[in-house]
Amino acid sequence: MAVMRVNPTRMELTRLKNRLQVAVRGHKLLKDKRDEMMRRFIDLIKRNKELRERVEQKLTLAFKDFLMARAVMSSEVLEEAIMFPTRKVEIKPSIGNIMGVTVPVIEYKEVTDRELSPYPYSFAATSAELDGAIAAFSDILPLMVELAQIEKTCQMLADEIEKTRRRVNALEYVVIPQLKETIRYITMKLDENERGNRTRLMKVKDMLEKKDATI
Amino acid sequence: MCMYKMGVIGDKDSILGFKALGLSVFPVTQPEQAARLIHRLAKENYAVLFITEPIAKDIQETIDRYSAQPFPIITLIPNNAGSIGLGMKGVKASVEKAVGVDILFGERG
Repeated sequence: MAVMRVNPTRMELTRLKNRLQVAVRGHKLLKDKRDEMMRRFIDLIKRNKELRERVEQKLTLAFKDFLMARAVMSSEVLEEAIMFPTRKVEIKPSIGNIMGVTVPVIEYKEVTDRELSPYPYSFAATSAELDGAIAAFSDILPLMVELAQIEKTCQMLADEIEKTRRRVNALEYVVIPQLKETIRYITMKLDENERGNRTRLMKVKDMLEKKDATI
Repeated sequence: MCMYKMGVIGDKDSILGFKALGLSVFPVTQPEQAARLIHRLAKENYAVLFITEPIAKDIQETIDRYSAQPFPIITLIPNNAGSIGLGMKGVKASVEKAVGVDILFGERG
């Protein structure tokens, strides 16, 4: 590992030691963060996969019903039948927080008027297939909203995990070894200087003693 | 209180049924049209947008642009021709991104 370009001084050494301390602490924290995010992510992604499978399967069936409904009715009649829905879907989005990642949270509420039938048309003019399709769609909708929320959460969490992992690796394999190496280099250099100094002093003392003896 | 809305974008034959549930339905035929629509709806308090896979296939970059922010959530759904696996691919992609290897779908290749 390359040694940083620094002056081998005592001040630099103290500075680097402080940096190493911070880096080690940061590394530990980030590693914990990564591990915890990973744990959450695994739970969520399993649910995500399960939900998506279910939604896709059910939706395909519902679309089949709807296709039948379209086939047996003229499209004008069909469009007219569902033009004014009697129910309304209200969602209240807010921002949640998983390990410092902002994730969407959706509160889902179906507003249905109890007086009115959930089907916004008269049964006389429409076919039974349409009723089935609409019922199927309304069954799926809560699942779809949940899927949307979880899938987005997973995406955002995956992004954050990737970033955190990069940081952890950069600290573990680049920053910390580099700092350690540089600290070692400075210590050695300082020690070497110290030794050099000591020999010089001894030499001088020797010379002085010799000079004293001859006089 | 400001109420947020949900929208469905896709081919008309598939998505019309959602209208009966009170969702806003936007039939489109061209991908460019859908991309413009997404940008417009994102500004108009739409919190969740469902897009059918065949339309979403061609406007991936538009969808990716909204992936960094919590809202709007853009979710892919199959259309009436069945799923083409694009939505599942998204799930797989996030697993690979987070874990490094695919741990959920490994058994299927």
